[in-house]
Amino acid sequence: MTTMNKSLSRPAGYKTPWEKVRPYVYILPALIFLGLFTVYPVIDMVVRSFQKWNLVTAPTWVGIKNYDYIFKRKEFKEAIVHTITYAIFVVGLGLSISTLFAVWLSKSTFMNNLTRTIMFMPHVIALISVAMVWAWIMNKNNGLLNMVLNFFGLPSLKWADSADTAMMSIIIVALWKAIGYNTMLIYAAIQNVPQELYEAADLDNANAVKKFFKITLPMISPQMFMLLITATTGSFRVFDTVRVMTHGGPGTATQVLVYYIYEQAFVLNNKVGYAFAASVVLMVMIGVLTAVYFRILSKRVHYQ
Amino acid sequence: MKPKITAWSVVSFLLKVILMVIFIFPFYWMIITGFKTYQESIAFPPSFWPAQLQWENFVKVWESGPYLLYMFNSFAVSIGCLVLQFLIMVPASYAFAKMEFKGRGFFFALVMVAFMVPQQVTFISIFHMMSRANLLKTLWPQILPHAANAFGIFLLRQNFMQIPDELLESARLDNANEFQILTNVMLPMGKPTLVSILMLSFITTWNNYFWPFIMASNQNVYPLTLGIDALRDVEGSFDWHIIMAGNVILVVPIIIVYAIFHKRIVRAFAYSGIK
Repeated sequence: MTTMNKSLSRPAGYKTPWEKVRPYVYILPALIFLGLFTVYPVIDMVVRSFQKWNLVTAPTWVGIKNYDYIFKRKEFKEAIVHTITYAIFVVGLGLSISTLFAVWLSKSTFMNNLTRTIMFMPHVIALISVAMVWAWIMNKNNGLLNMVLNFFGLPSLKWADSADTAMMSIIIVALWKAIGYNTMLIYAAIQNVPQELYEAADLDNANAVKKFFKITLPMISPQMFMLLITATTGSFRVFDTVRVMTHGGPGTATQVLVYYIYEQAFVLNNKVGYAFAASVVLMVMIGVLTAVYFRILSKRVHYQ
Repeated sequence: MKPKITAWSVVSFLLKVILMVIFIFPFYWMIITGFKTYQESIAFPPSFWPAQLQWENFVKVWESGPYLLYMFNSFAVSIGCLVLQFLIMVPASYAFAKMEFKGRGFFFALVMVAFMVPQQVTFISIFHMMSRANLLKTLWPQILPHAANAFGIFLLRQNFMQIPDELLESARLDNANEFQILTNVMLPMGKPTLVSILMLSFITTWNNYFWPFIMASNQNVYPLTLGIDALRDVEGSFDWHIIMAGNVILVVPIIIVYAIFHKRIVRAFAYSGIK
């Protein structure tokens, strides 16, 4: 970046009062809204996580009792385990399958472009509709999926209605929605790998697998890393599919953190302190990952 | 050199067709279920084309609630968010990118911290705030908390930073004031990024379920997503042909828009994901 000579008509560095205030005026609306709807709620949440409050009478301080309570109950620990399990499968399987597809469809031919474009479509569709159509396809009585299983002589599954398969059902839906998006992003990253590297590898008679692990994967690793983090924090926020397909059940089979927080705050009475404590835990989980993401993001953009 | 037809190229072609079917079929199934009678929707073996198109399914959906109002709410909220985000994002990004002032680093860090806090952790506090402000029966709880788009500010600032200072200087020498520089230099240069951010914002808001689910306290402020969700309660017995018909209303406009603008939309999403 080059710095230019300042305008010659007045001494360098001189600013009128308005020029001094102007930047603050420009950022003020953003700061007001972020303050009201992000900073204040976070402070409010942290403070109230140390209080007992029934929404009506004045709150009382209870120290770390809320945290103590939720960490001693198995519902909360289950919710954390379920959330992490969900994230591991959705992110791990999602990124592996997507990488495979992105490499397979990496040439820009009509057929490949069409496949990628169609795979991407679920990403722009409301998750609630995606969840509903899959709830219908996975319906235990009249769903298409069971009809297909029966056609091949396999027994019906109860999918979202059985504690054994409910989590799997939700993961399948999440994968179906995410794979096209991931594939598109990895494909875009692959397009930026310099072609000369592959030509050099061709001279050495390197095979496709070797080229992938020695050239493609190292070259796209920054984008892969970011995708890994955004996909993980996104998975920690799962709610819509759980709400539509299982309501956290059967039993507590698909109870995830956000659904747990929602139930503590809005469904069960007088549990709002637990909800706040659980929110703080979720915020820390997401915050740590996002902080890493942004450190890398700003470095990359800076040195480009 | 002519492309040779090898065994792998045939298999690869077939696999691509299967892949496309996997990703299109659920939408197809949604649409045709929406046109079937109840009997046909649960029949075995399933029919892959409705015996007769049941348009009355859509009439039933339409009559089960104030759908015109839901649609209006969805549009009002999506457009409202978009306009506010634009008005807040542009000057803030300009100041962060091109102006020197005390505390710039601190305030920008604040914006970034805000981006790290998802609404899934702040919703209880914001709900209570809206409740105290007596706004729960209005659309404002669905609009105001989305007005400052922290990620948008970040992206647009990156974009503005790449605009050479020489351009701004020469505009200043032509006696353009800062506002004119913003509208005549920065905005045209930042337009592709801005359009991408706003397009994402519209689609995200239109599709949003979690936020209105928490904030919309009665039918009058339901967006379309909640209206469709309510079909499951209205019908009680889970009449899937009616539920699917409702989803067609929500999804088909987006599918049509995607079919026309898929290049732009994909680029917008990919841009925000990769940069």
